[in-house]
Amino acid sequence: MPHTAIADQPDESHHPTKFIWKYIWSQDHKVIAIQYAVTAIFVGLIALVLSGLMRLQLGFPNTFSFIDPSAYIQFVTMHGMIMVIYLLTALFLGGFGNYLIPLMIGARDMVFPFLNMLSYWVYLLSVIVLLASFFVPGGPTGAGWTLYPPQAILQGTPGADWGILLMLLSLAIFIVAFTMGGLNYVTTVLQARAKGMTLMRMPLSIWGIFVATILGLLAFPALLVSAIMMLFDKLIGTSFFMPALVSMGEQLDYSGGSPILFQHLFWFFGHPEVYIVALPAFGMVSDVIATHARKNIFGYRQMVWAIVAIGGLSFIVWAHHMYVSGMNPYFGFFFATTTLIIAVPTAIKVYNWVLTLWKGNIHLTTAMLFAIGFIFTFTHGGLTGLFLGNVVVDLPLSDTYFVVAHFHMVMGVSPIMVLFAAIYHWFPKITGKHLHKGMGNAHFWVTFLGTYAVYLPMHYLGFLGVPRRYYAMGDTDFIPDSAQTLNASITVAALIVGLAQLIFIFNLLHSLRKGKPAGANPWGATTLEWQTEHTPPRHGNWGTHLPEVHRWAYDYSVPNAKDDFIPQNVADQDVVMVAVPETAPLDVSQQAIDLGPGEPS
Amino acid sequence: MDKSAEQQASTGISSLVDDWSSDKQTFDMPWGKLMMWIFLLSDTFIFSVFLTAYMSVRMTTTADWPPTSEVFALVIAGQHVPLLLIAIMTFILITSSGTMAMAVNYAYQGKPQRAAKLMLLTALLGASFVGMQAFEWSKLIVDEGIRPWGNPFGAEQFGASFFLITGFHGMHVSVGVIYLAVIANRLRKGFYTDKGYHIVEITGLYWHFVDLVWVFIFAFFYLW
Repeated sequence: MPHTAIADQPDESHHPTKFIWKYIWSQDHKVIAIQYAVTAIFVGLIALVLSGLMRLQLGFPNTFSFIDPSAYIQFVTMHGMIMVIYLLTALFLGGFGNYLIPLMIGARDMVFPFLNMLSYWVYLLSVIVLLASFFVPGGPTGAGWTLYPPQAILQGTPGADWGILLMLLSLAIFIVAFTMGGLNYVTTVLQARAKGMTLMRMPLSIWGIFVATILGLLAFPALLVSAIMMLFDKLIGTSFFMPALVSMGEQLDYSGGSPILFQHLFWFFGHPEVYIVALPAFGMVSDVIATHARKNIFGYRQMVWAIVAIGGLSFIVWAHHMYVSGMNPYFGFFFATTTLIIAVPTAIKVYNWVLTLWKGNIHLTTAMLFAIGFIFTFTHGGLTGLFLGNVVVDLPLSDTYFVVAHFHMVMGVSPIMVLFAAIYHWFPKITGKHLHKGMGNAHFWVTFLGTYAVYLPMHYLGFLGVPRRYYAMGDTDFIPDSAQTLNASITVAALIVGLAQLIFIFNLLHSLRKGKPAGANPWGATTLEWQTEHTPPRHGNWGTHLPEVHRWAYDYSVPNAKDDFIPQNVADQDVVMVAVPETAPLDVSQQAIDLGPGEPS
Repeated sequence: MDKSAEQQASTGISSLVDDWSSDKQTFDMPWGKLMMWIFLLSDTFIFSVFLTAYMSVRMTTTADWPPTSEVFALVIAGQHVPLLLIAIMTFILITSSGTMAMAVNYAYQGKPQRAAKLMLLTALLGASFVGMQAFEWSKLIVDEGIRPWGNPFGAEQFGASFFLITGFHGMHVSVGVIYLAVIANRLRKGFYTDKGYHIVEITGLYWHFVDLVWVFIFAFFYLW
């Protein structure tokens, strides 16, 4: 085909030599990935500190004079927004998407490296605009991460003058950055795969990132439009979302707008956003589990179709976030039904992960510990989702700590467990060094047990009716005093978990310099990124020849093969076999082919 | 049944998927063209959300919607002529799609000079569309006192959504005019002689998209 010429040629791309072109204004997807990751982890740490401050206030009210009610609600808002958008979305897609896509599908780079570079710098701009809101008069917005109008832009809400403007502006800039990156990811996956890398041979990581990126490209427009409209409402006094209202005794100039419209637009983005974060996590955890259990992923095709189905369904469930908005009961019925249908493909994925572990040769590496931890936290978070998906159960639980516990388990803790698994798994390829295993295990156990110490009691607080986003409980009849004891214990656990992340950061920095050399393929993995000529891979990834793919991504423990893994770029005739007992079928290469369900017939 | 017959029998969705997924490139087109298609899909969602939001506020607002056939009418020789200006604007934009299609055709025939001229003509038509839009905006703002935050005829959401959405579309047209001019200039200088002329078609995709969006904006704002 005429237009594959660039990819098929021996690497003639221009290799930059100067530091600034190699590491700062770099167009290499690997460097861009690291830039994305470092920035995302940096803002993530800020959000982590904010959550610690929130917990201090909740656990020990009236102790910390610098946390007033405004500051508390600002912490809530910034914590939520940073974690969901600027950490998780950016790290999964900008970080791992950038790093893994070209390497895993056997391309030299993204299809449009310049646009890719631009994507990072625009993302950095959005982060700077966001962080600037901490330093403007009035501080950052305290509208809650959902930014519901009319309250978000009215006096009385912290940051109503400057904070909200910077927040909306930053989101719009982020969406521009994401679009530039996202177009690259989708086009690269569709058009730049190595010879033999059919769609149904791609590792599940790529499937997850690919579908999540499509979701992003279709869901972020709703956030962009609502951000623009709210900016107009705030800046030039239009009334898209603003009804006629009296604020602080004064009749405002707004009239006739629809606050519910914002909720619909926000959640039309917001629900797919959950899966923008979750689908890459699903994909990456599948690869980690298969590699460290030395077993092919169970039900590869099901896994792919489950990712696609979840992606499609995620666009028709958004109003389950709005059951308390007074919607028509039939509407609620529809959205409850679609919500519960999502449980089916999701459950298939969980069963398949467990069945992959079943009778596998499980290596309890740090990455595997986090992956198994993910199965626990995700199952727990998913099960409480069944409660909240039903209208009648959701109504009393809405806006309580039950919801907080649910979404933190399912889209906070779980994706972050996968991020840790992924970092422990791919760090040796990215840097050439192993992370320290002892520190890694300590990090895992404190984080895993700690999250349960934090979030299990929160479910109970929710059942008691403790409302979320409240600065302090005060004297409330229906909440027993023991709830405060529980809050204090949650705070202690949360602080311990927060501090445990320092072990992780130290481990990263320490291992970067003094880690054990890892070699090209320390885990014995099959996927292409472990088969590069150099570790870490150099600019252009593959030296003079692009790899050729002969099999699916999961040929682990193939019967009679000498090694317990066969890399994707090894042809059938090159597979080293052990002597076959006479009773076994002789044509082993044929057998290896039969194992791969992804073979086009 | 022998194996090949069996394979032929296994038609249906799974064989469709196998076939579709087995190529190196999923779509037989250059990278840039596919990227433009995906971008336009994303942009479609932006405009769909804009228009859905507009319909939503129009239906939920408490005040009456301004009488659009009068608001948008031109007064010529003392007569109210509804839809006149907008008909001319729409005609010009659709004509520009025609000249764009001709440019693509000439580019693939290997006649870059002629293609460049037609692209410049397209850009010119686009620029005149933006000019007329500026005229329409100034007429609405200056003569009729319509503002994004209110107007003398009724619901203030009319001005807000009209200026926001036609403005967003006008911005797309303006960007398109610049894009066309840049590409046409490069085309004229022989920049694409070795690379091939796909870029003309990619530019055209964007331009046709902007036209198509206009048809919807036209229908929802002027005919409803």
